[in-house]
Amino acid sequence: MTSYPDWWKLIFGRFTLEAIPYHEPILIATFAAVALGGLALVALVTRYKLWGYLWHEWFTSVDHKKIGIMYMILGVIMLLRGFADALMMRGQQAIAFAGNEGYLPPHHYDQIFTAHGVIMIFFVAMPFVTGLMNYVVPLQIGARDVAFPFLNNFSFWMTVSGAVLVMMSLFVGEFAKVGWLAYPPLSGAAYSPGVGMDYYLWALQIAGVGTTLSGVNLIATIVKMRAPGMEMMRMPVFTWTSLCTNVLIVATFPILAATLALLTLDRYVGTNFFTNDLGGNPMMYVNLIWIWGHPEVYILILPIFGVYSEVASTFCGKRLFGYASMVYATVVITILSYLVWLHHFFTMGSGASVNSFFGITTMIISIPTGAKIFNWLFTMYRGRIRFELPMMWLLAFMLTFVIGGMTGVMLAVPPADFVLHNSLFLIAHFHNVIIGGVVFGVFAGIAYWFPKAFGFKLDRFWGLLSFWFWVIGFYVAFMPLYVLGLMGVTRRLSRFEDPSLQIWFVIAAMGAVLIALGILCFIIQIGVSIIRREQLRDTTGDPWDGRTLEWSTSSPPPAYNFAFTPIVHDLDAWADMKKRGYRRPLGGFKPIHMPRNTGAGVIIAALATVGGFALIWYIWWLAALSFVAVIATVIIHSFNYDRDFHIPAEAVLREEDSRSQLLGRA
Amino acid sequence: MREVSSLLRILRSLAVLPLFALLGGCQMVLLGPSGDVAVQQRNLLLASTGLMLLIIVPVMALTIFFAWRYRASAKASYDPDWNHSLPLEVVIWSVPLLIIIVIGAMTWMGTHLLDPYRPLDRISAGKPAVEAKAGGNGVRKEPLVIQVVALDWKWLFLYPAQGIASLNEVVAPVDQPIEFRITSSSVMNSLFIPALAGQIYAMPGMQTKLNAVINHAGEFDGFSANYSGAGFSDMRFRFRGVDDKAFGDWVQGAIRNGSTLGREEYLVLEKPSEREPVRYFRDIPSDLFSAVLNMCVDRAKMCTRDMMALDAKGGGGKEGIHIVAQLEYDKSVRRGGQPMPPRPFVTAICTPTDVYGTAGVSARVAN
Amino acid sequence: MAKAKAQAQVPGVPAFYVTEDEHAHSGGSTMLGFWLYLMSDCLVFAVLFATYGVLGRNYAAGPSGADLFDLKLVAVNTAMLLFSSITYGFAMLAMDKGRQAVMQGWLVVTGLFGLAFLGIELYEFAHLIHEGATPMRSAFLSSFFTLVGTHGLHVTFGLIWLTVLMVQVSKRGLIEANRRRLLCLSMFWHFLDVVWIGVFTFVYLMGVLK
Repeated sequence: MTSYPDWWKLIFGRFTLEAIPYHEPILIATFAAVALGGLALVALVTRYKLWGYLWHEWFTSVDHKKIGIMYMILGVIMLLRGFADALMMRGQQAIAFAGNEGYLPPHHYDQIFTAHGVIMIFFVAMPFVTGLMNYVVPLQIGARDVAFPFLNNFSFWMTVSGAVLVMMSLFVGEFAKVGWLAYPPLSGAAYSPGVGMDYYLWALQIAGVGTTLSGVNLIATIVKMRAPGMEMMRMPVFTWTSLCTNVLIVATFPILAATLALLTLDRYVGTNFFTNDLGGNPMMYVNLIWIWGHPEVYILILPIFGVYSEVASTFCGKRLFGYASMVYATVVITILSYLVWLHHFFTMGSGASVNSFFGITTMIISIPTGAKIFNWLFTMYRGRIRFELPMMWLLAFMLTFVIGGMTGVMLAVPPADFVLHNSLFLIAHFHNVIIGGVVFGVFAGIAYWFPKAFGFKLDRFWGLLSFWFWVIGFYVAFMPLYVLGLMGVTRRLSRFEDPSLQIWFVIAAMGAVLIALGILCFIIQIGVSIIRREQLRDTTGDPWDGRTLEWSTSSPPPAYNFAFTPIVHDLDAWADMKKRGYRRPLGGFKPIHMPRNTGAGVIIAALATVGGFALIWYIWWLAALSFVAVIATVIIHSFNYDRDFHIPAEAVLREEDSRSQLLGRA
Repeated sequence: MREVSSLLRILRSLAVLPLFALLGGCQMVLLGPSGDVAVQQRNLLLASTGLMLLIIVPVMALTIFFAWRYRASAKASYDPDWNHSLPLEVVIWSVPLLIIIVIGAMTWMGTHLLDPYRPLDRISAGKPAVEAKAGGNGVRKEPLVIQVVALDWKWLFLYPAQGIASLNEVVAPVDQPIEFRITSSSVMNSLFIPALAGQIYAMPGMQTKLNAVINHAGEFDGFSANYSGAGFSDMRFRFRGVDDKAFGDWVQGAIRNGSTLGREEYLVLEKPSEREPVRYFRDIPSDLFSAVLNMCVDRAKMCTRDMMALDAKGGGGKEGIHIVAQLEYDKSVRRGGQPMPPRPFVTAICTPTDVYGTAGVSARVAN
Repeated sequence: MAKAKAQAQVPGVPAFYVTEDEHAHSGGSTMLGFWLYLMSDCLVFAVLFATYGVLGRNYAAGPSGADLFDLKLVAVNTAMLLFSSITYGFAMLAMDKGRQAVMQGWLVVTGLFGLAFLGIELYEFAHLIHEGATPMRSAFLSSFFTLVGTHGLHVTFGLIWLTVLMVQVSKRGLIEANRRRLLCLSMFWHFLDVVWIGVFTFVYLMGVLK
């Protein structure tokens, strides 16, 4: 490494030209693709003069529906990145046998598995789940927006900021090589001196701010802004599970923030929280990170349980079986999720009593979860099941998730965990519950609410193709990993000696290719649906004969959601309204009070990105500058008291009239 | 106890059936291990699987059946308002509860009986570890102590009683209880020999224990099961179960042919390296493992044991502020990385009063 | 459930929407939202307290709290913060009576107490670092500096916020939005006070006791 002069270090910190990985062909090709694609996109947007539209209608929008859609787009983009990582890992493991080093040296491979985990959890699953909640919850409770619309926009852009930092690490420097939870001392300054760990820390820290605030926002929304008559026990199940999820978010993400901050201090200041030196204790980190990490799993799955509940009752054409026990099960899971974190490290050598306590609490969670499965099962009983796409995903989920539940209970038995811990069996287990649970549910949710968001259904043919590729691909990709786990193969290996393992890795790689086809079909499905939107158009606003309030308004809903706030008399409010002869109001509209768009969220998040980048590269002046700029922007924003406006009654009337015409045509 | 174990056996055979059907032919070490501890862990695994299948299978079958039976085109009986049934609710909560009670009880017993810290009760099924003697009081077979150090990226096994050590190979007599005492030199690893017993973490500055026994002679794979950096994939070793005589020969061979392993040699060995061949050592200082565990192989360092003793008495006072160099252990050069910039506060090794004594002979590899 | 059924039996179609509503946008939720934020902040402190609880005796053969803490200084410091809470309370009473100038006066006093608190804390930190008892010296000192420093950082932000709010009140008067903000800051300020009582007891008093 050539030495750089002092003025360089003053200006650029530890950034050097060697940090650009121009000697790695894979990265250069990726960079070229991303750069070309990006340029093409910028050119198109400029060509069609869309910048103003994007900025005014989307980026600065405080409309929960638009923010929800942007979360989903972020999730899809990051899914492509995270899945590319998965394909590379599967490819490496399928060929690296008997002296063959494969095509990824450890330096590269170790970054990939770290990035895969981080991206899939923080920048794919979380945006998907948050996006669904953002879009659907206010509509389901009959509200016109969330409690803090500006905060919502800001939260989204902070999540984007974290994603941008992770993506930057591809082309400037490197990413962490520590595994997705970055256990010290490996992740400490002594053993991971490069910028990779710092990308990890700042990306998660910045995105975490957004997640926490969005949690606060949605709790306040659900608690304070429900339509009159919607008591707690009349809330749709998706709203209930969203409430519990956001309680979990607010109660756990601060723990993540604090834990990462302590590790950051270790790395930047030289403190001794998690070092081997001077009284530090790495086990403390492992405990803290899993006190966040285990509830995080439920943050992902609970709202998806809600999606399945909505899908089940809608497509079985009947009320959800056991609403009350579904709610209690959700609440019980929420509470229990705090009492199980130690099961992620039974092998650390805690005593038998501690281990069995945490093992048994873990198993107890399977009771409410099992109750939920039975509730969906008996919702089907004496139903009239329509096999639309969301229902297909629900069935695939029910059949797949129970297998994941079973292997989960096996892992919860400490002596069994001693042999299965960190093995590919574990990898298979959590992909079984996350793909078979969360991902299937996200696709169910997208297929279910897409017509609400855009006014036309998704194309069924490509949807079915995507469905079968995903489901079959999942089994082909992960059942071999169960087998490999039982053959005693551990995770995160980049090379193998035993040639008898290879066939299983090859099968798993083929499964990954099938899933890739599933993703491709999903994207084609979106494209085809947009092209065929006139055939797929839904003018009623209620294409599935839905049961909850979001289906009572038009598709896509007007900016104000509801011309008049609905009154709720029963669970499944919209089904009740339809049954009892509800008539849509056609006049007497009043001006509607709405929040005004603002660019402050984008600006603050952009400054945070710059600040994060500066801190990663030790560019202290820039870090200080962006920090001051963030504070200044917040202060300036706080001097703006003119934050809302009224949609005039005539505009509401025009909007509602055009809907009347659509309905008349239907 | 007897009833439980026979119940377990029935459940096990239940669980094994589908698994075997699926996986005929492939070598699944976790399902056919060679050490008694791993065998018991396997049994627990299979028993819990069997119990879970009792509920999983009906659920899956019912899911498919209901989905088919109540499809819209079938025009089966339709009851859109049916959404509650107390008896059904009781069943769907209580059946899983019962199963979890059974698995929970198994877990409680199994976790205590198979606690890796607990000395073995038995060598294998029907063969207790305590040999009955005429007088009544049995004699417990003394375990073979093996001290394990996870290095970057290789495994060092010390045999204190035999005075030898080996790198990337560990040998033990068949049917002889083994007590591993495990630590690590730098980052977290996990000692795992799937055929012998479950894994346990190896952590720097801390000691974990694993009691196990091998019942069949043979060569088995061992490795680190916790990612520890660039050389992790090759952090493998062989575990060999041999008869008593072969073990004696192996020890003698190490004594004859091994190189010496003192503190200086250890500090060289400790530096990161990959794919180290099997090597043997002799003339091991008896306190080497304890020095590794206390992170004071380099004599210039204060042992964590002493540090903790001082801390328990309320610390070293203000005089102790400047003895940092004696206590710093993590250094990036240990892993072959770039030297870190010195920390601004590092000053003298000795305080004016020299309370902590000066360093003896030291191979100051670190920084 | 029973209630819903009762309504269903009412003849005719019940009202399914509110015609005269227009319920205020976020006003009612702000207090709840801010309270939730405070609870999340409380968890950050909980982690730091827990870390201090675990690592607080790991002196690494270095100085302990008993060697380092100047309890009299910390007592003065505690008094500063507690007084600032009281004066903030007076400011809120003045606000309720709509006496803007009096309120501003009390806010100035609050800010001065806060500044004094910060000044004393910085002096303490500087003194410790000068002696060599830096955050890098031991896990105990790392967790001590981080816990106390995080609290200090919160007070700093509270002071910035206080200043901004005073400017806003002087420009716009005690309008609804400003009252809401003052109430939020009030919760924040008292919250920091409560946290400090924990710090004072758990870190300083018990630290000196050994």
